[in-house]
Amino acid sequence: MMSEEEKKKLIKKHSKSSPVLKNSLRAFFFGGLICLFGEVLLKVYVFFGAEEKTSVSLVTLSVIFIASLLTGIGVFDKIARFTGAGTLVPVSGFSNAVTSEAMDSASEGYVLGVGAKIFTVAGPVIIFGLLSGVIYGVIYYVYSLIGG
Amino acid sequence: MEHNLILVFILGGALCFLAQLLIDLTRLTPARILVIYVCLGVFLYAVGIYEPLFDIFGCGASLPLIGFGANIGRGVFEAVNEKGIIGILEGGLSASALGITAALVLGFLASVIFRSKTKRM
Amino acid sequence: MQRIVQIKNDIGFICAASCGGLEESRGPLGNKFDFCDTSDLFGQKTWELAEGEMARICLNIALKKAGISNLDLTLIAAGDLQNQCAATALGLHSFSVPFLGLYGACSTCAESLLSLSAFMDSHEELDVCAAVTSSHNATAERQFRTPLEYGGQRAMTAQWTATAAGAFLLGRNAGRVKIRDFLVGRIVDGATSDASNMGPAMAFAAADTVINYFESSEISPREFDLIITGDLGYCGTSLLHELLSKKDPYLSSIHKDSALLLYDDKKQDAHSGASGCGTSASVLACHFLPMLEERKLKRVLFMSTGALMNSTTTLQGQNILGIAPALRIERE
Repeated sequence: MMSEEEKKKLIKKHSKSSPVLKNSLRAFFFGGLICLFGEVLLKVYVFFGAEEKTSVSLVTLSVIFIASLLTGIGVFDKIARFTGAGTLVPVSGFSNAVTSEAMDSASEGYVLGVGAKIFTVAGPVIIFGLLSGVIYGVIYYVYSLIGG
Repeated sequence: MEHNLILVFILGGALCFLAQLLIDLTRLTPARILVIYVCLGVFLYAVGIYEPLFDIFGCGASLPLIGFGANIGRGVFEAVNEKGIIGILEGGLSASALGITAALVLGFLASVIFRSKTKRM
Repeated sequence: MQRIVQIKNDIGFICAASCGGLEESRGPLGNKFDFCDTSDLFGQKTWELAEGEMARICLNIALKKAGISNLDLTLIAAGDLQNQCAATALGLHSFSVPFLGLYGACSTCAESLLSLSAFMDSHEELDVCAAVTSSHNATAERQFRTPLEYGGQRAMTAQWTATAAGAFLLGRNAGRVKIRDFLVGRIVDGATSDASNMGPAMAFAAADTVINYFESSEISPREFDLIITGDLGYCGTSLLHELLSKKDPYLSSIHKDSALLLYDDKKQDAHSGASGCGTSASVLACHFLPMLEERKLKRVLFMSTGALMNSTTTLQGQNILGIAPALRIERE
């Protein structure tokens, strides 16, 4: 009988590894490209008279909309297979996760299908974001009582 | 507001590069990466790094999910300043409401309009 | 104590049928499938129903080929990958035949064949029986992995769940290809909880079964034309070869993995090959059984390899457990 450690070593030896460098360079390029696109869009919104703060929000909204639409028409997954983290890390990845979960669970109904499953990836992101925010808030509040 | 386009590209790209390394070399799943980036964003805002980062790198900082986290951080900061202790609970969600609501509503609409297709190789 | 179970009566394959989806139709075995639906939906509204319908169509084709009515069937043993084998039940209920639902993850095909042959061997009332196995890429992805439109990269070790089904009709004193004996196989620790690398986890079980089989069998490996496994994929196959070579290099020289036959490695991007219980079922039905019929093969050891786990135990960090039931199948 082989020990678990020996088995793990064998599994590692026979498992093909992902092309890390190629994947990472692609992620760099396409992730950078999305941010560049956002920046150009930001300048366009500002040019048409929007405030800078509003424009930043509008850019985020635009990327969420485009990613959601591309997911809807079945193109996003094909792009993401190539771009990897390049489309995952910008807000497009969040939008795709939400939309794809929603679309997938439509066959189980809108309330317990879409309504519940839509949070599969969005839920953890929102809850851990808010949790960090609350921890920061407590620290900042206490700090402002003592120091401020 | 003058962000150097090359710098925008570089920071946005670098954050994705790092995430890809984490996915390929460790067993962190994409969902965990997103969670880590959001928490990182809150942290960067809290320690005062995010704002100067945004001033230099613009959308290279705001579009990756750390921007989403930083929004939560900014919301908490401003709400605590304005309303005191209530702000701890109120700030985060109100500041990130736009992105969350947009993504959820669009996702719901997509589930009404479109149907999932099978994966292709 | 592991014992090879001998089939004393003459239990043979009356006929077999196979169905597939788009990727399967584009693969090297594409034109050997009896029916492929390139929409993967088989005319249904949901993927879950589509898988059931695929199983139904597949058994129907087998019955038509044999010229047998569903009323002549005395038992169906069948299974799939969906929770609680829902697809099989949905698809096969219209046949109105006594039904045994089986779950063996991707080992269902061999599991159903050996269960039926053991039943038929000891009970003459069961003279014509059917074994049906199906898997569907969309239902498996939804259940075990990510939504269909989710944008992500698959690991190089990941395998592609086949949209495929295989149906087999077994009869007493029928057909020219016979089931002679079987080894049920035991559960073997796969030493990983990585659900995107299941081939190597199952290879340990496959090696365990092969080695145990030939230690107790009176027939030497050299009298076998092939040792067939289900869905080890490229990574699992290369691990199995290392494990078998320690025992006898000849064993790995006659080994073929069904997962490597279903897709074209150059034109299709399946990464480490096919997976899903439909893989071993459809490849046996459309490739290996015809070869046995045509006397291109005389004696094979047929195994399906299963990864026993679910999405909850994987999240809890439990290791994937492997199983590899084996049957000796011979041309008369």
